Amino acid sequence: MSCFGLCQYLTFVAGMKQVLVDKACYHCGDDCASDAVQFDGKQFCCHGCKTVYEIFTANDLSYYYDIEKAAGKTPEENFDKYEYLSNENIVSKLVVFDEENVQVVNLNIPHIHCSSCIWVLENLKRLHPAVKTSQVDFPKKKVRITYTTTDFSLKDLVVLLARIGYEPHISLEDYTKKKNRVDRSLLYKLGVAGFAFGNVMLLSFPEYFEVEEFWLEQYKHTFRWLMFAFSLPVVFYAARDYFTTAFKGLRSKLLNIDVPIALGILTLFLRSTIDIIFDLGSGFFDSLTGLVFFLLVGRFFQQKTYGFLSFERDYKSYFPIAVTKVDKNKGEETIQIYEVKTGDRLLIRNQEILPVDCVLISGDAQIDYSFVTGESQAVFKSSGDKLFAGGKQKGGLLEVEVLKSVSQSYLTQLWGNAAFSKNKASHFQTITDRIGKRFTIAVLTIAFVSATFWLFTDASKAMNVFTAVLIIACPCAIALAAPFTLGNMLRIFGKHQFYVKDTNTIERLAQIEAALFDKTGTLTSAAENTIFYEGMELNEQEVSLLKNTLRASNHPLSRSLYNILESNEIETLDAFEEETGQGVQGRVDAHSIKAGSAKFIGQEPDVKSLDTSVYVSANENYKGRFVFKNKYRDGISELFDQMGIDYKLAVVSGDNEGEKETLETMLPFATPLLFNQRPEDKLDFVNKLQAKNKVLMVGDGLNDAGALAQSDVGIAISENINVFSPACDAILDASKLTQLGDFLKLSKQAMKVIKISFLLSLCYNVIGLYFAITGKLQPVVAAILMPLSSISIVVFTTLASNFLGKRLRKRA
Amino acid sequence: MSVIYVLLAISICVALVFFAAFVLSVKKGQYDDAYTPSVRMLFEDELVETTSEKNNLNKSQTK
Repeated sequence: MSCFGLCQYLTFVAGMKQVLVDKACYHCGDDCASDAVQFDGKQFCCHGCKTVYEIFTANDLSYYYDIEKAAGKTPEENFDKYEYLSNENIVSKLVVFDEENVQVVNLNIPHIHCSSCIWVLENLKRLHPAVKTSQVDFPKKKVRITYTTTDFSLKDLVVLLARIGYEPHISLEDYTKKKNRVDRSLLYKLGVAGFAFGNVMLLSFPEYFEVEEFWLEQYKHTFRWLMFAFSLPVVFYAARDYFTTAFKGLRSKLLNIDVPIALGILTLFLRSTIDIIFDLGSGFFDSLTGLVFFLLVGRFFQQKTYGFLSFERDYKSYFPIAVTKVDKNKGEETIQIYEVKTGDRLLIRNQEILPVDCVLISGDAQIDYSFVTGESQAVFKSSGDKLFAGGKQKGGLLEVEVLKSVSQSYLTQLWGNAAFSKNKASHFQTITDRIGKRFTIAVLTIAFVSATFWLFTDASKAMNVFTAVLIIACPCAIALAAPFTLGNMLRIFGKHQFYVKDTNTIERLAQIEAALFDKTGTLTSAAENTIFYEGMELNEQEVSLLKNTLRASNHPLSRSLYNILESNEIETLDAFEEETGQGVQGRVDAHSIKAGSAKFIGQEPDVKSLDTSVYVSANENYKGRFVFKNKYRDGISELFDQMGIDYKLAVVSGDNEGEKETLETMLPFATPLLFNQRPEDKLDFVNKLQAKNKVLMVGDGLNDAGALAQSDVGIAISENINVFSPACDAILDASKLTQLGDFLKLSKQAMKVIKISFLLSLCYNVIGLYFAITGKLQPVVAAILMPLSSISIVVFTTLASNFLGKRLRKRA
Repeated sequence: MSVIYVLLAISICVALVFFAAFVLSVKKGQYDDAYTPSVRMLFEDELVETTSEKNNLNKSQTK
């Protein structure tokens, strides 16, 4: 039995069936069905899995199965698609190091998911002597492999990995990506600030308590200049970002929160330096370094990266690097897909992706557009039909003629739209910045007013008061409230399989007024189908015959049909025939049955319905057809009812109006439903809606990419977050779609938490300002007040957001 | 009492050593992947013991 077909079938039904443990495959843990392969006292779902087991046991790697049970994956059996790795130009773009027969490559392997995976991949050298070392980066799902190229190549390596079920994902993105270095500057800055903060604290400690003590008087200058030295890297290196953003803000006439922060840091540093030069006091170096340190901790906390996810994907991370071109004179040749020109003839193998719009010349096309539209069923095409870029061939070899180059194709030209080049975050004013504007104005007013007042009462204190106001009003606590609340929210969402790109997105989420949904793949599930029958009723004998005929077929449609037919008799067929991509037929005695495409049965296809159908005829008489419909996810109407109260809703679909009535029953009354929407139409619709509302787009396929980019927040729904999702602001696991309303509510509550903590930190500022205006600000007061306000805000926001997160868990 | 200068110098030197160690470890990428090493360190010996491990398992299964 072809393992590939079965594997496809298994992933197909994984959503429907609870896999029974006693029937689980020893290698991959999938349900073994009735045709388990017995080997070595263990059972396997297919020969592919058994082969991997054999490879592992033969190489002393059977410990793989002891670390985690059934951690494997059924391997692919088709290695033709790696043919392009024989091309040296392509290989040289993929490897990170290539010298003297040694190459190093970083491969992305989506299947990495447990400790068994780490173990077996790091012991790859036991499977082939050419592999020298391999190191797994688990959070990023990457493996770095060093190998010698004598008698070995990247292609051999990739095939070796695919053979044991760890197929690497190599895409056009790897080819075009510049090798960028990791940005660790925040860690360095945090290290510098923390180091200086600790040392300055120790050095300034003596002066907190003892004033004018003999020994202290003698050595305080040394202590003070040491503190000055420690604060230099903090001001000029660690706090550099605050100065640059404040400067940028001022230049574009914006008073962001970094303006008062930068002002505070600068005043702290200058006043402290003047203080120690003229021996006026010990300066505020402790507060200065502490302030920068806490601010950077906030920044660090705000970052939460999901190494294995990418929010920037476009068609490049999905398209192949190269395709096979056939030339009448030169024969077959692998070319890079940017070199594909109109009129070229290409060969598309099983499992390969069409990189361009083309016309089918020959071969049985069975194209899966699930990444583009979210539609799970493959569509059949015959020669002369137009095929669109982004579809994946499932079946035999195709020959196609190119109509448009890669960048000009129907799907890919979408990325030329301006929506993809704008940065949503930079156009959005965060809550902190909005507060920052009023705050800066208020602080400056107070500083000038009190300085003028002192100028007339006691001129010597005027400068002192002016700087003290700027120091004490430095909005450290305000600047920390948002990063800690939202950073924590980001983690809480992550635990609920809602992966948000950054904290800025949560703020935008809280302002959403309208929500748009794609239909196929978003509201409907790609993994589940409802099947119903239309036509003359089949009698018991026909059902039994049909079921027994389908048993022998690997086609996903056959498998799911087989599962719903109720018949227990097992008959031996007298004749069986399967025509790839067309249908199956079986015969027992004088009775025969045929199931397959309309053409195969000799029936006119129903043009009105775009749903996938399997036509059935018994004894050459047409009986009826089984219609496969994507099933709407459970709880969709509840979600719409919940969200309909607060948000404008709409559904935009690329499909025809066939589902209109079904949708109308599920959605609140008079929800706009748009059908036959091209990717550009979706984008334009979002754009139109944005004139009045902040728009949330929920989609799944590449055809939603434009709308996702244009919307204020784009959420991609994904059945399997490791596989693929278009560029977006957040990725939501499909099973959690029904909780979307709760997530939106939670983001609004998070904003409330931030506002409350703003009030709290204003209280601290008022207390501090009292000391500052009256001219009594001692360094020790600043040194106590600053960390106290920061820490209490951090504690408050963390507790509050955790409390909100707990309530979400209860509802889930 | 000038011993305080010596003490200061020593304490700052010690602090600098740790700071340098931190910078070096960040530079080497030790903070890039904080998860895999925690799993990897439990594996070290498994390859050698594979056969005995398997025997034990078989024994326990026959019981």
